[in-house]
Amino acid sequence: MVHQILFIVFGLICVAGAINLLVQRHPINSALSLVVVMMALSLIYLLLGAEFVAAVQVIVYAGAIMVLFVFVIMLLNAGEEERSRGSRIALLVGVPGVIVMAGTVGWTLIYKSQHLGNVTIGSTDFGETHNVAHLLFSTFLLPFEITSVLILIAIMGAVVLGKREG
Amino acid sequence: MVPLSWYLVLSAILFCLGIFGFLLKRNIITIFMSIELMLNAVNLSFVAFANYWNQHAGDPGVSVVPLSGHVFVFFVMVVAAAEAAVGLAIIISVFRTRETLNVDRVNLLKL
Repeated sequence: MVHQILFIVFGLICVAGAINLLVQRHPINSALSLVVVMMALSLIYLLLGAEFVAAVQVIVYAGAIMVLFVFVIMLLNAGEEERSRGSRIALLVGVPGVIVMAGTVGWTLIYKSQHLGNVTIGSTDFGETHNVAHLLFSTFLLPFEITSVLILIAIMGAVVLGKREG
Repeated sequence: MVPLSWYLVLSAILFCLGIFGFLLKRNIITIFMSIELMLNAVNLSFVAFANYWNQHAGDPGVSVVPLSGHVFVFFVMVVAAAEAAVGLAIIISVFRTRETLNVDRVNLLKL
């Protein structure tokens, strides 16, 4: 019962933040509502027993990535979004397509929810850092090392792109 | 006890809101934030499935690496961080040449 109430509260905060992201016209307001979505998601991860993922969500997403966004918004002095015509294909094909997809996925999940089973509130010793780290440095060692190369390449790409030509 | 489908429906709702933002917003930074929202939605379903399969780890016919969902979320976050760094650098360089953040005005490659 507690699990359900907590899930509904955090889920509603999530959806409200995401809708606010779409409604707001100033990018800084959108960025701040995205922070709200990410914090609520990290609480939902805690409900699922994913301690490590919840901490990384707050530190990396709500911290580092959103600071980068806010920094760029302020650097470029981004103001209110201009109202322009937009893409007609996106309006005519995209939006109905998304609505149909959302309806189908939602209906299927709810209709088949008996077969999917339940999620219990996560025990705290399930997703703690120790267990994730053990897996990361044994089974998934090679992908982990490859991501470090990926990060290095991304840093170099960002520096090259951000450098003023001259 | 919450049905797994609730988590998946929440994930689908967030993903679809992200697609709506991607299609309807005109500001390149907000479009980029919508992509981040979609990545977050996918992460939520990974974590929900990780919890679900952890409970069923001992069942006959089920062979899963417990917690592999969490590790995959970790990799998604790494890729998202790299993508944010490169993408925002691209946005800065687009702004430098075109002096605008509106995607309708960045249309040199359009037929």
